Amino acid sequence: MEAYLFYIMAAVSVTAAVYLVFEKNPVFSALYLIQTMVCIAVLYILLEAQFIAAVQIIVYAGAIMVLFLFVIMLLNLNIKEETKNALPFQKIPAIFMGIVLFTAICAVIKSKLLQGKQGEYTTAYVNSVGNTKLIGNLLFTDYLLPFEITSILLFVAAIGAIMLAKRKL
Amino acid sequence: MNKDLLVYIVVASIKIFLVFSAVQIMIISMIWLERKIMAHMQVRLGPMRVGPHGLLQPIADGIKLLFKEDIIPQKANKLLFLLAPVMTLVPALITFAVIPFGDKVKILGHSVNLVITDINVGFLYIFAVSSLGIYGIVMAGWASNNKYSLLGGIRSSAQMISYELPLGLSLIGVVMLTSSLSLVDVVNAQAKLWNIIIQPIGFFVYATSAIAEVNRCPFDLPEAESELVAGYHTEYSSMKFAMFFMAEYANMITVSAIAVTFFLGGWHGPFLPPVVWFMLKLSACLFFFIWIRSTYPRLRYDQLMHFSWKFLLPLSLFNILITGLIMVLKG
Repeated sequence: MEAYLFYIMAAVSVTAAVYLVFEKNPVFSALYLIQTMVCIAVLYILLEAQFIAAVQIIVYAGAIMVLFLFVIMLLNLNIKEETKNALPFQKIPAIFMGIVLFTAICAVIKSKLLQGKQGEYTTAYVNSVGNTKLIGNLLFTDYLLPFEITSILLFVAAIGAIMLAKRKL
Repeated sequence: MNKDLLVYIVVASIKIFLVFSAVQIMIISMIWLERKIMAHMQVRLGPMRVGPHGLLQPIADGIKLLFKEDIIPQKANKLLFLLAPVMTLVPALITFAVIPFGDKVKILGHSVNLVITDINVGFLYIFAVSSLGIYGIVMAGWASNNKYSLLGGIRSSAQMISYELPLGLSLIGVVMLTSSLSLVDVVNAQAKLWNIIIQPIGFFVYATSAIAEVNRCPFDLPEAESELVAGYHTEYSSMKFAMFFMAEYANMITVSAIAVTFFLGGWHGPFLPPVVWFMLKLSACLFFFIWIRSTYPRLRYDQLMHFSWKFLLPLSLFNILITGLIMVLKG
């Protein structure tokens, strides 16, 4: 049952990602990106990571992509105008690099590099404590410093964005 | 297939069917009630012609909308134009999956929880789903290829993004007190004392931003008739317009149900059965919506934004601070 769901969601998300790249209309591209993100959220649920799934939808699909779509719609890009190809020679190197990257990923997955030993937080343990509780506990104990640094980074980025957008305050 | 799974699927299907039918019936009756209550508040009679006291008016309206010509503008983006009403209605309805509307009951020897599903991230689920509801309105505004629609769509998405923050943060206080994200736990924690008494600031912020979140008067700028014709649904007709209409009422019912669950004690109450209490509280919240609409004038757009960012957001953060402080001091 879970395997079937995985294959369906994987197929849908990959298809949406392909459409996202090849779609001429930027509004549709943004909508395909939202679809990919929702599919990834479903994959998180299949991995029993409900908290990350919900946050994925709230942050990416619900907040960031709305702003993306907003900007694209306000710009009202003309679809008929072919965008000028800024890098005409990039096609062949891009295909080559893509193939190299794909084989590299396949090689890593096939090899035993990723099969580390099982850690402390197994799925059964996480489910017994509760996803959100465990993440919260870890964030405010073991990972307090990285958490605070991330929040300062985000804060600085927000101030920077306001400064750039509003020169005359 | 084993028996437990079969029972689970049957029970879940029946619950989904019952809840959704109840919501649909409530939407239909809300349309009539809103017109009647507003009319009486403004010393009018309201619809009187169809049925006794205009009771069959929603059915007449529904039939009229079904038989109207369905117009799609020539330069509209057809796919998104068709998809937009569905995208607004569906998130409004599926939020109900996590809202508990009654205590555990025994049916044919099985103990049935009166909530479609009790997930441990119910609180986050609500916000995940409701944040997807914006897309329907944005898509409708853009796909119609009409300047009024686009302006309405942009206004409404800006408004919904701004008010989603205080809306979410106002409930954090309750979540802190309950120390659980499951809505069943939130209701169970209110058996003795409703959260509205412990969290008055939270409730005020929630109520205000909920009205803005569902684009109702006095925050109904996305469809300000005097400036924008009808906002994002200017180009919509027939059943597609009806779906937007239904989505607005479904959203109202949803945010009211969340208010009941988080602040008004859920299904708790003396004498009457839990489901009746839940419905009574829900109706009171919906009446409040209509009351506000028939009393207040519409705000200006900049006032609306300032109110959210400069007043409601700091207030909700202050509420979280105070709640945390008291919790720490009490130990």
